[in-house]
Amino acid sequence: MATGRAFIRTDKFWFLLYGIAMAVLPLIFTNNYYVKIVIIMAINTLVVLGLNLLMGYAGQVSIGHAAFYGIGAYASAVATTKYGFSPWFGLGASVILGGIIAYVIAIPTLRLKGHYLAMATLGFAEIVHVLFLQLKNITGGTDGLFGIPSIAIAGFELDTPQKLYILVWLFLMLGLALSLNLANSRVGRALRAVHGSEIAAASVGIDTSKYKIQVFVLSAIMACIGGSMYAHMAAFVSPESFTLGMSIMLVTMVVFGGMANIWGAVVGATTLTLLEEYLKAYEDFNMVIFGVILVFAMVFMPQGLIGAGSRLLSFRKRKQEIIPDTAGEKSAAS
Amino acid sequence: MQFDQFLQYLISGLTSGSIYALIALGFTLIHNSTQLINFAQGEFVMLGGLIAVSLYSAVGLPLVVAVLLSVIIVTIIGIVFERTAIRPLKNTSVITLIIVTVGASILMKNIAMILWGRDAQALPTFSGDKPIQFLGASVTPQAIWVILVTIATVVLLQLFYKRTIIGKAMKACAINPSAARLMGINTSSIVMLSFALSAGFGAMAGVLITPISMTSYSVGGFLGLKGFAGAVLGGLDNPVGAVVGGITLGILESLSIGFIDSGYKDAIAFLILLMVLFIRPSGILGARVREKV
Repeated sequence: MATGRAFIRTDKFWFLLYGIAMAVLPLIFTNNYYVKIVIIMAINTLVVLGLNLLMGYAGQVSIGHAAFYGIGAYASAVATTKYGFSPWFGLGASVILGGIIAYVIAIPTLRLKGHYLAMATLGFAEIVHVLFLQLKNITGGTDGLFGIPSIAIAGFELDTPQKLYILVWLFLMLGLALSLNLANSRVGRALRAVHGSEIAAASVGIDTSKYKIQVFVLSAIMACIGGSMYAHMAAFVSPESFTLGMSIMLVTMVVFGGMANIWGAVVGATTLTLLEEYLKAYEDFNMVIFGVILVFAMVFMPQGLIGAGSRLLSFRKRKQEIIPDTAGEKSAAS
Repeated sequence: MQFDQFLQYLISGLTSGSIYALIALGFTLIHNSTQLINFAQGEFVMLGGLIAVSLYSAVGLPLVVAVLLSVIIVTIIGIVFERTAIRPLKNTSVITLIIVTVGASILMKNIAMILWGRDAQALPTFSGDKPIQFLGASVTPQAIWVILVTIATVVLLQLFYKRTIIGKAMKACAINPSAARLMGINTSSIVMLSFALSAGFGAMAGVLITPISMTSYSVGGFLGLKGFAGAVLGGLDNPVGAVVGGITLGILESLSIGFIDSGYKDAIAFLILLMVLFIRPSGILGARVREKV
């Protein structure tokens, strides 16, 4: 895809701040358990960034992204444990395989609209899930695949969560930079035009189906990288990690943070990952609390967290603007 | 495959297909009045079954009373759900509404887990277990109940649409909500009614299937998914399409168990669904819509 203008200034500031914050997190919380949560958070953010480009910008809903996450994880797992390839080969294979599958799926699927598109992506994900379960001699069936080896950079083994995080952080920042860049570019504007009205976009010369397919493939590849990183962190994959529930959770993260806003994806993925993790302490009641928070959040902040935040800010600004304005009117009247 | 075997698979497909059809009907009712996909639809099925089990075995009511009362209670839950979670959200994007229904389904599922536990629960069959022989295939009385209740529901719904003023109002709302409002139709109560009906249909599916395949807190997601697939297969905007789609899905699933491997059942069902969508993007009986510029 074409590269665009550099980030706008506020994005540059937040990008640096977020990058530094995410880099120091595992240095503060050195406990393996916490580092793993940070990794999950970073992986989810990467995947949600991709899904946000597809949903928020191009307006194409996918309730099937867990499938690409799973394809990425399984490609890495199968290549390393079954065939003894190097983890980098596995990562490459997961990106290429995910990209090709996404491309083939996108051509007929993205012709659909609305709920039919949602159903088609969901159906695709269910088929992939069944294949994970049934292709026992490749995927290990319900037992999954164990003993996925660690990945190494130039001889330096990323064999602890802390070390693996270096790579995950790099991918996260790369994904974020790409998303911000794309959003402020010609491509980003073209995608938003497709979201607004496909016919209008086509009439001003935008190749709508090309853009839709490209962004679908890009979001699938980002999900595949996330899945591959997950496989190396957990050292184990099984079908139950890549269900409809996970697809729905990814969509929820996009909407919860605020659609069509790159930082919305970051905020949504971060808060919901942490919330889910925090609520695990409440055992049976955790998902009840989660459901209540989700419903209340969407009822009171239908534009997501970022939307609610920016509305609050603009409300304050408007207040300040209104006061001199009305004062001027009064003086003019008198 | 022999004919009697084929017939056996066809009958079991017809039974599960009828259940999918009832759930699919709920999806189209709500979609017609709100353009919304209610992801909590499957939870009404789960609640219908579990409440009936409790009323029958814990409270000790006669089976018929327990079943009917359960359907009524779930209908009321549907109304409460619409008034508390959907109604305050007017004028928001459809995807936000969908997330709300997802949240509600997580909520209902896990409350059910706390109340009823994780074990599967069963109801006795409505009229005995003695199968009836039919052209070499055997049909259980419960399967006949499922099919008959579904047929009766569809016929009554059609009569309701065609003969009653409320039914006509509902149809008008589905065709053009703002025009319906201009003609003095209270669209808000129509939306509530469609939630009530779809919860009721869901509960009916739940009480009918529980004697055959048991029920537990977690069945809602899977049944809701099949109902949604059935509704999309037939055409989301068409109640008759939903029934046709649901039954088609049930039969295809059942036949795929007979011809291929039962593990691939869900994959086959969705594969066929995808192919139908690619060839006819608005479902088998869906209207072809031209997008307005």
